[in-house]
Amino acid sequence: MLTVSPSPHDHSGESVSKLMFGVIIAMIPAFIVSLVYYGIGALIITVSAMLSCAAFEYLIQRFILKKPASLKDGSALVTGMLLAFCLPTNFPVWLVVLGSLVAIGIGKMSFGGLGNNPFNPALVGRVFLFVSFPVRMTMYPEPLQYWFRYTDAITGSTPLSIIKEGIRNGETLPDIMVKIPDYIDLFLGKIGGSSGEIAAFALLIGLIFMLARKIITIHIPLSIILTVTVFTGFLWISDPIKYADPLFHLLSGGLLLGAIFMATDYVTSPMTPKGMWIYGIGIGIITVLIRVFGAYPEGVQFAILMMNAFVPLINKYVKPHRFGEKLSNA
Amino acid sequence: MYKTFHKGGIHPAENKLTARKGIIDLPVPVLVTIPVIQHIGTPAKVIVKKGDKVKTGQLIGQGEGFVSSNIHSSVTGIVSRIDKVIDTSGYNRPAIEIETSEDEWIDNIDLNQELIREINISRPEIVKKIQEAGIVGMGGATFPTHVKMALPRGKIIEHLLVNGAECEPYLTSDHVLMLEKGEEILTGVTIAMQALDVRKAIIGIEKNKTDAIWHLMKLAQDYEGISIQGLKVKYPQGSEKQLVKSIIKREVPSGGLPSDVGAVVFNVSTMFAIYEAVQKNKPLIERIITVSGRSLNNPSNFRARIGTHISDLIKAAGGLPEKTGKIIGGGPMMGKALNSLDVPVTKGTSGLLILEEKESSRKPVMNCIRCSKCVSVCPMGLEPYLLMTLAERRMCEFIEDCHIGDCMECGSCSYICPANRPLLDYIRLGKVRLRELKRKQKEE
Repeated sequence: MLTVSPSPHDHSGESVSKLMFGVIIAMIPAFIVSLVYYGIGALIITVSAMLSCAAFEYLIQRFILKKPASLKDGSALVTGMLLAFCLPTNFPVWLVVLGSLVAIGIGKMSFGGLGNNPFNPALVGRVFLFVSFPVRMTMYPEPLQYWFRYTDAITGSTPLSIIKEGIRNGETLPDIMVKIPDYIDLFLGKIGGSSGEIAAFALLIGLIFMLARKIITIHIPLSIILTVTVFTGFLWISDPIKYADPLFHLLSGGLLLGAIFMATDYVTSPMTPKGMWIYGIGIGIITVLIRVFGAYPEGVQFAILMMNAFVPLINKYVKPHRFGEKLSNA
Repeated sequence: MYKTFHKGGIHPAENKLTARKGIIDLPVPVLVTIPVIQHIGTPAKVIVKKGDKVKTGQLIGQGEGFVSSNIHSSVTGIVSRIDKVIDTSGYNRPAIEIETSEDEWIDNIDLNQELIREINISRPEIVKKIQEAGIVGMGGATFPTHVKMALPRGKIIEHLLVNGAECEPYLTSDHVLMLEKGEEILTGVTIAMQALDVRKAIIGIEKNKTDAIWHLMKLAQDYEGISIQGLKVKYPQGSEKQLVKSIIKREVPSGGLPSDVGAVVFNVSTMFAIYEAVQKNKPLIERIITVSGRSLNNPSNFRARIGTHISDLIKAAGGLPEKTGKIIGGGPMMGKALNSLDVPVTKGTSGLLILEEKESSRKPVMNCIRCSKCVSVCPMGLEPYLLMTLAERRMCEFIEDCHIGDCMECGSCSYICPANRPLLDYIRLGKVRLRELKRKQKEE
């Protein structure tokens, strides 16, 4: 029996699961850093988020959608790991499970599963938890203190919340900066924060890995980072007493985690390089607006969700440059 | 300095198994089936009837209309049947079946292998000879060469570009021809330059054929106006528009032809056919065919008569392997899957590819994850995922605005898709649906 099918008869061997597991591998350096600084708590929330996301995806597909399960594609595991990355490591397991249910159930499966969701599912879960349990979500354990203690760890603040608090109390920036870790600690991750966002260098290793394996392109991370640098740099030059410098903004909070792993989610980001630039610049601007002028100390997650909403519009109006296009119009 | 085009493109595994194998003459088979349409355009008119005795090189199909091509008998023998058969293009076409006897060529063909460089006929005569010999584009497009040479009025051609890119995986027929018939190809190029009144010819060859690049570079020193351009390996560089962009950095406008930017493109095999037609009076009755595949015992490059059944070629390459899943006329990217072994090879058949069962089936289709890889590899700058969705949902009125007509069906999108989506299948469907819609609109 001969198979007859239209061309092409060759395939790259690329697959959704390969890409998704590539993303998971890229997140491992950040996970290791989190284990080193926060110990057992990081392990507990990461494992529970990944397991519960996978379980909810399976259950919803099996019993509600009545379709064959698609767990093999690995996307639920990526969502779980990302969700855990933006939670404090002393977060109770039952809340992690609840967040996973919202992420997978509302964020992803309600739209028809992988490929159809307009918003990044992990961020939907994260924002749900943040809005519903604001106090629990902003109590971060101190790094390098309690490897074997989990929810009872003593908590501290993130550099971004220290600055927000200080500015609100009328302190000047040089006074506040004394209270926060220096840039080397920021780069290495010795700061308070969510489990996966703390170490800039580990996230950058992940970025380099994903670029080398062609899992993502540089457009989105670069455009976000450049926009934040330019915007905060402009503010900083205008009034260094009131505004933090660009390097601080880049290294603190969830900016790199968002720019490298969240904003680059295939499903919820634009299809063309030009579109990706617009999307990235939008995320950068909204992030800085929330951080500097808004009520919350951190704004990356909201910025990405907001720009997610613009993606269909961007895809509709921003088209790739066609071969031979210019000349035909001339 | 190796050049290439910059928009899109992919790097499939090259698999040039037969790159170091010389050309083997395939013995004349006992039966050939010669389709009367092996080219783009009107079928040739059959001028023989059942029972006629024909000689090798004799005209058996007369080209009719402007875009058409002559068909010659590739063997000596008796016409046993005139009927419709499926050829390597996959279409059912009228063909002449000939039972062969001892090979006897018609008188005026010069069978001497000696190189004749001197060209002593005039421009119109060259084109006439090319037309008589039934030469068509041998890279696969099979557009009649004499029609291509009759350029539209007002178009000035500065560059004659010769396609030696052979970007399809597995295929090496052009490669070995360049190695073995370099002088003949260069003489063919000189003839084409005269016919088109062009001063400059550039042969583009991909870097995976450095031996051919060096060989032709050395030979080209003796030929005025011909140069060799090395190209980086990238699919689909052998496509006309991409080749023009790679070599002379000009972009053929959407919907246009290379002549719009002062270029005309021919395949190296076509150049060899032109040499044989003009210098040796030999019509196009045989060509080089790569028979390849990982499971084949003896993948080879054959010189075979047009109309040879693929079963004869496969037998010569070591026989059909047990676990064969697919037989493809052409390369793996743009070739057509065949459904039988009795299919004859035509002027456009540059290769035969035998795939194993495990290489033949497609993987299950998943949801589009919007990774935008199809957009980034499309050499024409289209959005394959969108074209597929529009075709699937029958939204034909939008599909034209998305420039579906620019798609040359290179298959890069389907090749790269991690969700195994049949993007190109649906783009083809979209083209058909758009044509239907236009016809309906016309009728109203």
